[in-house]
This record gives sequence, C-alpha cells and structure tokens, in this order.
Amino acid sequence: MFYREAGQFKATYEADSAKFPIFQDKLFIWFYLVIGFVAIPLLGNEFFLGAIMIPFLVFTLAAIGLNILTGFTGQISLGSGAFMGVGAYACYKMTLAYPEVNILIFIFASGIFSAIVGVFFGLPSLRIKGFYLVVSTLAAQFFLEWAFQRIPWLYNYNNTGAIDGVSRWLFGIQITGGGADRTAQYIVCLAIVVVMTWFASNIISGRIGRSWMMIRDMDIAAELMGVRPLYAKLSAFAVSSFYCGVAGSMMVFLWLGAAEPESFDYNHSFEILFMVILGGLGSLLGCFLGAAVIWILPILIREWLPPLIDKITPWVITSSTADLVSDIIIGIMIVVFLIMEPHGLARLWAIIKQKLRVWPFPY
Amino acid sequence: MELLKQIFIEPFETMYALPDLLLQTLWEGFVSGTLYSLIALGFVLIFKASGVFNFAQGIMVVFAALCLVGIHALGVPAYLALILTLGVMALLAMSVVQFVMKPLVNQPDIILFMSTIGITFILIAGGQIIFGGEPKAMITEELGLPTGSSVLEVSGGIVIFQHIDIAAAIIAAILIAGLALFFNKTKIGRALRAVADDHQAALSVGISLEQIWVVVWFAAGVVALTAGILWAAKSDVSFALQVIALKALPVLVLGGFTSIPGAIIGGLIIGFGEKLFDLYWGVPLLGGGTESWFAFIIALLFLLYRPEGLFGEKLIERI
Amino acid sequence: MLKKLILGAAAIAVASTVQVTTSYAEDTLYIPSLSYRTGPFAGAGTPIANGFADYFNMLNARDGGIGGAKLVVGECETAYNAQKGVECYEATKGNGALAYNPYSTGITLQLIPKAPVDKIPVLSMGYGLSAAAVGEKFPWTFNYPASYWSQMSSILQYIDSQGGIKGKKIGFIYLDVGYGKEPIPLLDKLAPEMGFEWVGFPVGVKEMQNQSATWLNVRKERPDWMVAWSFGAMTPTAVKEAAKIRFPMDKFIGNWWSGAHADLEPVGEAGKGYKAANFSGVGTDFPALQDVIKHVVDAGNSQAAKDDIGKVNYNRGLFNAVIMAEAIAAAQKATGKVKITGEDMRLGLETFVLDEARLKEIGLEGFTAPIKASCKDHEGAGSIFIQQWDGSDWKRTSDLIAPMTDVVRPLLEEAAEKYVGEQTGWKTQSCG
Repeated sequence: MFYREAGQFKATYEADSAKFPIFQDKLFIWFYLVIGFVAIPLLGNEFFLGAIMIPFLVFTLAAIGLNILTGFTGQISLGSGAFMGVGAYACYKMTLAYPEVNILIFIFASGIFSAIVGVFFGLPSLRIKGFYLVVSTLAAQFFLEWAFQRIPWLYNYNNTGAIDGVSRWLFGIQITGGGADRTAQYIVCLAIVVVMTWFASNIISGRIGRSWMMIRDMDIAAELMGVRPLYAKLSAFAVSSFYCGVAGSMMVFLWLGAAEPESFDYNHSFEILFMVILGGLGSLLGCFLGAAVIWILPILIREWLPPLIDKITPWVITSSTADLVSDIIIGIMIVVFLIMEPHGLARLWAIIKQKLRVWPFPY
Repeated sequence: MELLKQIFIEPFETMYALPDLLLQTLWEGFVSGTLYSLIALGFVLIFKASGVFNFAQGIMVVFAALCLVGIHALGVPAYLALILTLGVMALLAMSVVQFVMKPLVNQPDIILFMSTIGITFILIAGGQIIFGGEPKAMITEELGLPTGSSVLEVSGGIVIFQHIDIAAAIIAAILIAGLALFFNKTKIGRALRAVADDHQAALSVGISLEQIWVVVWFAAGVVALTAGILWAAKSDVSFALQVIALKALPVLVLGGFTSIPGAIIGGLIIGFGEKLFDLYWGVPLLGGGTESWFAFIIALLFLLYRPEGLFGEKLIERI
Repeated sequence: MLKKLILGAAAIAVASTVQVTTSYAEDTLYIPSLSYRTGPFAGAGTPIANGFADYFNMLNARDGGIGGAKLVVGECETAYNAQKGVECYEATKGNGALAYNPYSTGITLQLIPKAPVDKIPVLSMGYGLSAAAVGEKFPWTFNYPASYWSQMSSILQYIDSQGGIKGKKIGFIYLDVGYGKEPIPLLDKLAPEMGFEWVGFPVGVKEMQNQSATWLNVRKERPDWMVAWSFGAMTPTAVKEAAKIRFPMDKFIGNWWSGAHADLEPVGEAGKGYKAANFSGVGTDFPALQDVIKHVVDAGNSQAAKDDIGKVNYNRGLFNAVIMAEAIAAAQKATGKVKITGEDMRLGLETFVLDEARLKEIGLEGFTAPIKASCKDHEGAGSIFIQQWDGSDWKRTSDLIAPMTDVVRPLLEEAAEKYVGEQTGWKTQSCG
C-alpha cells in the first residue's frame, strides 16, 4: 500500500522511461538529497563526516566504477585500487604544475589519465575472461603499485615517497590540505558523487550501456547482432577507470590528505569488489548499499563493541580485539549474504519494495 | 644503443664471468619454483574438483603453520603437533564444505570466489585471536628438518646449497608424486576426476560430491601445511606470509587452472624466470625489486598467445 | 528473518549518527595511543603499545598521575593501516588528546598537516618525516630523539670507527616504501664526503619473505658492509638470507626498527653477531622499569607478559611515554594549569629538559642519551648506540654515537623548505 503505482498515469514516452517513474521514488530521492546536502552537514561532527561519510562517498564512486565493468559488462577486475592511484597521482602532478587552476577541474581530469591506463590494461579482456582476466588485472595492480614506488617524478621527488594533498581553495573555502573544512569537503564529495551517479545511470540506460549488458549476457550473440566487443569492452574499461580515478583523487585530496603507494594496494581492489558484490552486481543503488555495509559496519563495530561489552559483561575487550572481531563478522556476513541473497542488497531492497506495495495483503 | 647492449649483451657477460653466481641463481630459482608449484597445486586441486577459485589458499598456508607452531608451544611434541595440525586442517575442510560450499552449490563462479575471500577474513582474524599476531619461529629442527648447508666449488667461486632447500625440493616432489598416485590409482581419486569432468554425470553414478569436496579441501590443507613449514623455515611464521600465495596466480595462468603438471612446470618457469630477470636485467635496468610484478607480466603476455595455459583444457573461457 | 536483520542493522546505523564522545573528568589527561596489535606488523606494534601504556599506568599507580592529573591512555587499533589511522584520529581527537604518536610513517604524514589546524602536536619518535626536525618550519611536529638521517649518519660513523669507511662499499637493503627510501639522499650526500660507495637493494613489501633474488644480487655486488632499513618479517628473512650466503654477520647493521627481539628470535643462533642501532636501553635493570613491574605488571594491569618487559620494542614504547610525560610536566609548569591542552603540550615538547640528572631522577640512568628539546631543533640531537645479537638476546656493544649534525641539519632544512614550499598558507614559527 506504500508503493502503489496505481493512479500514476504516463501520458508520454518520456514520462514512461523516466529515471524514477513512480512518485514515491521521486519523493525518496529528494528526501535523501535533502538529508545529504542539508541535514548531515548541519548535524554531523568531524568524526562522522571525516571518518564515515567522506570515505563512504569515495568508495561508492569507486564501486560504481567497478560495477560498470563487473556488473554491467561482466569483466571481473582486481585492479581498481591501482586505477584509483593513477587518478590520485595524476591529480597531484597537475595541481602542482598549475596551482592556480581550480582543483575540481583536476579531480575530473585525473579520471582521464586513469581511463587511458585502464584501456591499456583492459586490452587482454579481448582475448580472455573469467579468472584469467582477474589475474591479468592483478598484473596491472602490481605493476602500477611498483611504478608508484619507483618513479620519483610521480611523487615529486619527495623523500618520503608519498604524495600530500596540497592546500587548495574553492569559493574562498579551503577544501584540500591540512586546514580544510570537513563540511565543505563532504559537500564537494557528495556533489561529485551525485552528478557522476546521475551520469552513470544515463550512460547505462543509453546505447553504450545496453551494448555492455549484451556483452555481459552473451558475448557471441551480441557480436552477431552488431555490437563490437572491442569498443564495448574497452569503453567499459575506460568509463570504469575514469570513475575509479576520480574516486582516487577524491580519496587523497578530500579525505586522507596524504597517501603512500600502499594506500592503493590490492586490498583496496578486494574491498571495492566486495562492495559491488554485496551491494548487487549491475545496480547503482547496490554500490551505495555495498559501500555503506563494507565501510561503515566495521567502524561501528570498532566504536561500539568495546563499550558495549564493557557495560553488559564482566569482560573488557581492547580496541584491537574489536578490530579482529569486526573482521570475523564481516567475513561471516559475506558468506551468509552470498548464501542467502547472492544478488546483493539491491535485490533485497527490490523485495522489500514489493512487500511494501502489497502490504497488508500477501499478494 | 647503450640500452640494447644492456639488454642483450651485458647480462650474458655477467653470467659468463661469474658462473658460480649463475648456478646459485638457477638453484634459488629451482627452490622458489618448487614452493610456488606447491602453493599453486593447492589451488588446482580445489579448482579441478569444484570449480572454486580458492582465494583462501594463501591464508591456509599461514594458518596451518601457525597451528603447528601454536600447538607445539603448548608443550606437545613436534610430530604429534603435526598430526594434530592435520586434524585441524581436516576439521577446517569439513566446516568449509558444510557451511560454505554446500549452501552455495550451483552459484556462479564469482560468488564462490567471493565466499573464499570471506573465509580468508575469518581465518586471518581468527588466527590472530587464537595465536596472536606476533611472528613466530618455525620448529624446523624439532621436525627433523636439516639446517646446515653444503658448498660446491665452481671455477673459483662457490655455490651454496642449503640443506633445508634440498629437503624442500625432495618433500615437494614426494608430496606431488603422492598426490598424483592418490588421484590416479585410488577409488576416491578416480571419483574426483569424474567430478572434475562433469558434476552432474558424477552425481548420477552415485559419487558423493560432498565427500569429494572434503577430500580435496583436506588435500589442499595438507599442501598448505607443507608449503607453510618449508617457507616459514626460510623466514618466520607471520601473517605477511599470505601474500606469497598471490605468486601462485601467475603460475596458474601459465600452467592452466586445471592441470597438475601445469602447476609444477609453471611454478618452475616463474621461479627461474623471476630470479634470472631480477638479477641480470631488473637490477641494472629498473633498479631492482621487479619480483613483485614480473611473474604477472609474464603471465599476462602468455595469456595473449595461449589463454588456456600450457596444459589447460582447450575449452575453458575461450572467446 | 533476513529482513529483520537488515532493519536492525539500519536502526543501528541511524542510531550511530549521534556520535557519543566520552567525556573525561576534570583532572584527567587523555593520551591517545594509535596501536597495531593486529596486521602484518603486530610483532612490533604490540610491545610498543604495551610499554607506552604501562609507563603511564605506573605513573598513575605510583605518583597519582602527573601533577595530580590522572592519565588516561585511549588505545585505538590501526592495524598499521593509514586509513584506519585517520579514523582513529578523528575518533579520539575530541577527547582532549594531548599529542599523537602514530608509530607509522604513513599515518604521520597524514597527521602533519592536520596538527596545526586541530592544535594537537604529533610526536613521531624516530620515524615519520625527517624534515619535521626543523622546528621553525614544523612547529607542531617532533621526532625526538633523532631523525632517520641523523641515525644513518651515526651508523656510518660507527662503520668508520670499525676499521674505516674510506674506499669501502656499503650495501643498503631497504623496504621499498617511503620509510626505506628516506636515508637515500643522505647516503648520496655523504658518499663523496666520507669516500665510500653505496649500492641499494630494494625489497618490495610483497617480497619481504622472499628475498633470495635480492641476496643473490648482494653476492654479485660484494659489499663490505650491509645496512638494513627493514621492518616486520623482512628483518628475520634478511638475516637468514645473509647467514645463508655467509655474509659476515658483524658487518650487517640494522636500523632501530630492524633490531627488536621479535625480529631476531625466529632466527636464533644463525643471527649471532648481527648488529642494530638503538636509542632506548635493553633490559629491566633500571629503577623505572622495576617500578613498572611492581606497580603495573605484578598488579595484573599490563597486557604484556612478564618476559616481554625490557625487550627492545617494549622499552621503546616506554621511552616514548617518558618523553610524553616529561613534556606534560613541563607544560604544566609553564602554564600553571593541571589540565593542559594540545597547545600547551606543544610548548611542553619544546621546553622539557631530559638531561643526565633528570634521567637519573626518573630512574632511567644510562637508558638513553640526553635530549635537548628546543624550539628550533625538534629531533633533540639524540645519540644512538649499537647493539649486537648474541644468539638469544641483544647486548649493547658501543658507546653513544652522536649524529653528524653539521651535515644533517642543512639537508633537513632543505627538505623542510621543499615541503613547506608545496603548501599554501603553511604556518611556520620563528625561534628567538
């Protein structure tokens, strides 16, 4: 009864193929946008913004990138961490070279570099798929990590071998570097993610996106129907790496403030793949849900478990035990989720929506 | 011109000038190669029988070694600890099959792959809770493994053979031969090959999938324990060891995911290749440290020409 | 069932948006401890965190805190992961944190730009950014008792004292990350001045336990001395490989992160003769350590086992706590307040006095070299000594070796200039 589309008539084709055809969905999206842009900046403290929301947005964007490749095009990749790194290093070099140019331009431009690198390492996908492709993207991951270590030009010959988020301003507010305003950083992140999600949803429902999905569902059939695998796969790699690259430069400039090459190691690639799979392959909503579960849940366990155990039981557990326990819980959760709902959280949301629609009747 | 000389002439001059170093490099390559093969073998066993790409193989290596050292630290004699560790690995195999593999049967490959990453998380954190995160010494001597070294004199230089390396090669060879015998000559082995060929057909002639899976996961556990003991004897037992298992991936690509001989040959190629490349080309041209990616790049290039690997079945994932 | 679970998780997520900051009583001082008892480097992180916490707990039990204020150590697990480090920082800074001791170069680099903004100093004791030793450029960052460059200069002087360094070939084996690469500019600078030649042997993080190719290269290059900038599992592997190629062990020197008990115990007898730099005493023969054992360990308030007290990394964590405690006391004296803030702490870190007399007073005579804290010099010109592994324990084998300040300082200033030059609006200070 809550999600009834009854009475909402579509008079034009445009209305019928709208992003959110149902009034309730529209309401929801406006509600979340208001919460995101107004309520959270007003109410959240620095911990909530800096340690939960900004990383959540960064990982959501990276997950969207990987989902385009894995969920929509069917090419599994474990190189997303390194592609994030390419974006971060590109952004760093550009903003050092042209300090007067607005940092936002470079954050987007850094995606282009990572797209180029992504296309290059996507070439093997024309010959191989499945786990063989996983290994070849891991090759990209390790090679790029090594390059970040070994090419001093990339980190501007710093003795530490790390890059740091130099201070840059936007409309008079510092958004990167040490003294940056967390609230401003958060709003910039959110704006980028909203715009890029909207953009992604349009690509996906367009001609290119449909060709990706054809490749995913059956490549030979797609080829016979006139989809060129070369263009479809490489464009998926390019768009995917573009998103990862932007996420990477956001990670360094809007969140961490500095990064070593290890910040982009293969663990990240796995983490992002988790988000995509747990959230739901081939769903943009799933990227948000997956990133929320994989990033926020462990933090909550780490923050809340020690005081909770302290209060209700005679034992005391340390921060490190809580960390291990959160790892175990995440591990168990992954397995349980895969068993109970292999299509991810996005499918779960669809089920709930259906239940709400027919409630209180069973059908 | 200078670059060409560095690539095509100088390395061979060095090889010729220092034959003892070349021999030593080949020997080190051989030893690493056998260990890579051993880890890759663990992957192949499980992949063959259940189509699962078992990412947890790396942490199983660490976990098995930790169990052994941890049980020994309680005052249990080394050999008894070894047997108890085998028991733990059997228990692990059974619980993985019961709680993860069985409920997930018939799911797409990627889902099964992710579930093994879930297992990895549990084993890493569980291992640290039970045994603590500090590095521990492998009980090499207590297990009766040799520790000394022998020296061979070659035209003015020396080649050093560590006894533990020799033992590693022999143990690996015995284990591989034993597994080959087991899978080719015993009833369970034949059943396993039937499962690898066709799940449905195997089920229909009355082979228990569950039993086969427990057997292969246990076999992978034994391989992991062996690899753990031998590798930890070269350094120590710590969680950093699990990244070594990633080295098995290019080995798999070279040898094919389903081929046991492929894993062995692939391991040796990677072992020889990366040592020779790093010493003679990597260090002078690229500043060294090339081992972290060399194997992967070789695998990548190889993939472009022969996607099914050296010995892989032609069918798989070919476009 | 699943739906309920999801709803429950969602409810918790909503509830958590209201972040609770634990408030502490008036007369307590909050000291965050970014520990890593898990992860690949737990072997170093655990004893450090134990020593750090135990000293403060000892002060609480013996003296009732510092200046009447109880000390609260808030431990937060980072697993040596820079992102969790930032999370810990954000989570604990609101509790009135006095100073951060991240024990990871990666986390330190992220905290350096945040320190002046949040007004909480960073004390990276013997790690982090070497250039942070320049107090004028980095008012909020400290790396007592010595930077990596100072340490390398001391090690080179030690080599020089052992039969001369002129004309020798030094092999430098290092973990191929920022930490390992740090001393390279100093080696480049000193090589012509001291007349030695050096070769680098990088070891990737993923290859820490797979070093045979590196050591083949060592055999090819035949260096006279080896210096290691290693960490975690890299050290025992390197020592074992060195023993394997029969490199003379007493010509193999590790830095102060490459010479803990946890590093050499897995090697045992084979590592006999291996040397390492250190700046904090080994063993429990110091009154302060006896007090820790009496008041904390025997009372059952320590996470450390009794045999672990006095080991290299435990004592280092303890020494870090000593510096913190001295700075707190100095800050209290300077401001006249009991409950000081991060800003007062910064002042304390620039003004505390840890000379021979004071070391004796706090029961650590001969434990370490005196530190001269000042506004200008944030590394305090600390000296190091060389210790040697005898097959089962570390033994100190050299006197204190002072760094070559005249060479290191200009380099540090140059590096600090470069760092600051890349920033806009970086606040420096002038030291009068």
